Amino acid sequence: MSVPIHWYLLLAAAMFCIGAAGALTRRNGISIFLSIELMLNAANLTLVAYSRLLDVRTGQLVVFFVLAVAAAEAAVGLALFIAVFRQRHTIDLNRINLMRW
Amino acid sequence: MEIAPSPVLIDVAVKLAVMLGFVLTVVPVMVWVERRGSALIQDRPGPNRLGPFGLIQPLADALKFMFKEDVTPSAADKPLYLMAPVLALIPAFTTIVVIPFGPTIEAFGRTIPLVIAPAETGVLLFLSLASLGVYSLILAGYGSNNKFSLLGSIRASAQMISYELALTLSVLAVVIPVSSFYLPDVVAYQQEHVWNFIPQFIGFVVFLIASFAETNRLPFDLPEAESELVAGFHTEYSAMRFASFFMGEYASMTALSCLGVTLYFGGWSLPFVHLEGWLGAIVGLLVLVAKVGICMAVFVWVRWTFPRFRYDQLMRLGWKVLLPLAILNLLGVAAMTLAGWI
Amino acid sequence: MEMLIFLLFAALALGSSLVVVLHRNPIYATISLVLTLFCVAVLFVLLGAPFLGVLQVLIYTGAIVVLFLFVIMLLNVGREESHGAGQGLQIAGALGGAAVFFLLVGLALWRTGLPELHPLTADLVALKSLSRDLFTEYLLPFEIVGLLLLVAVIGATVVARKPPQDGPAASTANAEGAEL
Repeated sequence: MSVPIHWYLLLAAAMFCIGAAGALTRRNGISIFLSIELMLNAANLTLVAYSRLLDVRTGQLVVFFVLAVAAAEAAVGLALFIAVFRQRHTIDLNRINLMRW
Repeated sequence: MEIAPSPVLIDVAVKLAVMLGFVLTVVPVMVWVERRGSALIQDRPGPNRLGPFGLIQPLADALKFMFKEDVTPSAADKPLYLMAPVLALIPAFTTIVVIPFGPTIEAFGRTIPLVIAPAETGVLLFLSLASLGVYSLILAGYGSNNKFSLLGSIRASAQMISYELALTLSVLAVVIPVSSFYLPDVVAYQQEHVWNFIPQFIGFVVFLIASFAETNRLPFDLPEAESELVAGFHTEYSAMRFASFFMGEYASMTALSCLGVTLYFGGWSLPFVHLEGWLGAIVGLLVLVAKVGICMAVFVWVRWTFPRFRYDQLMRLGWKVLLPLAILNLLGVAAMTLAGWI
Repeated sequence: MEMLIFLLFAALALGSSLVVVLHRNPIYATISLVLTLFCVAVLFVLLGAPFLGVLQVLIYTGAIVVLFLFVIMLLNVGREESHGAGQGLQIAGALGGAAVFFLLVGLALWRTGLPELHPLTADLVALKSLSRDLFTEYLLPFEIVGLLLLVAVIGATVVARKPPQDGPAASTANAEGAEL
């Protein structure tokens, strides 16, 4: 029996919401980053699911590019974390609030 | 490129038994080869008390490991500490699923390609599963709650991911003229043309050096060097857990040797002989075993011949020498393929 | 069979994504992320994109998460303090997440209804057609992404390196060697 496609969409939506809730409630910079990666993956899953449903390759190709961009973003983001840590000796985002009002 | 339809379970089970049996047998054999080989190179007898030529030595080693006291550091991060030796075995035993060990045989009314996972993404699957090997190093070092382990593990994982790049690029260069990731296609290509290590010699050298670094073997074994960081990332492991790391190292050496032999030396095929059917399958398997054996002997030979690289020399070699060489090799092979030479 | 694999890996993916978001220790969260990514890769294969599944394991779990672990160990990021977000904010976060979830689900199902699935065509799965598209129709994004990765590498190296002690002259002096 084949798996109905909307189950994949539900799973992706659930993962996205879990990631979003995590990104909004966590205080640790790295944990927020992990939640963002989770959201990206949920989006990838949705794209591939729709690609399968509509029998086109566009979704798969977009996921290919998302993968590359996510890698670039992770590298730069973590480099930024290292640089901020050197200055402030903390990753706790509540304490890195220089630009907050 | 013919990919077989969904394989029957019994086929997969038998092929798995063959390949797993091969890898599991290699480990104790390699223990013996390592010790007698190193003794030969160092002009000393080596183990010769247990059985003729010390052949029972691996059994004695295994028994010793089983009965040794299992010391766990009290402040270690238990789940990570316990997970790391298991993770060390996973890449080695999962990557062998894409290695072909014989020609496609026709039996029981169906076509059976002699590769456990006839996936189109062959070599990429190997590389992706091999890249999971970093985790056991990282978790072992971190979970041991020990400065030397952590330092050793960070060095080891940085080394692994740096040399993975050169490895991947040299593998890509092999894939280009074949225009398929599927390893039986690579073997078929080498049967029609010449073994890949001749036109792609630079790529072969890069692959060889990178595979030494991937498996943490000398001359790249600074992370686990006895005289440097106590024992590096597996300092705090004793008895069976240490044996798991040991086994994992030999098994991943075997897997990488299988890949290297398949990519550069024709895998299970012989140069002027056309193998097919059941006889071909058996001969193919034996040829693969022989070639992998030679490759493992080279591993042992190099280990006891060269001094160890210092860490900064190691990283410099990986990034500034091997990576550009691998890229040049890739460009050269692509140009040759376009020109129709290979 | 496909249903069994889907259920197993979907449950695993959901469970480990919950652990990623809820666990206090960043190392455990990262390990759970590895598990989640691996499950998603399996789901990609089930959806007829084996190449993407393999790429996911190779790039995401093999490189990106290793980078995460390095940074966590380098910066010695410890356990988050237990009153990190406060009970109210956590409950608000959970409720907000659930609300967005139902919104997304409604959107997905309202537009497409319960769709019919054709059997998997070889053309969708084949690597050759994917790569042909990548190098013909999508060549410009491909090249741009290559440039982006180059920029990211240079940027990350520049941002993360130690600031030179006495001015720019010193930075060329210690070009060799690793920090470790």
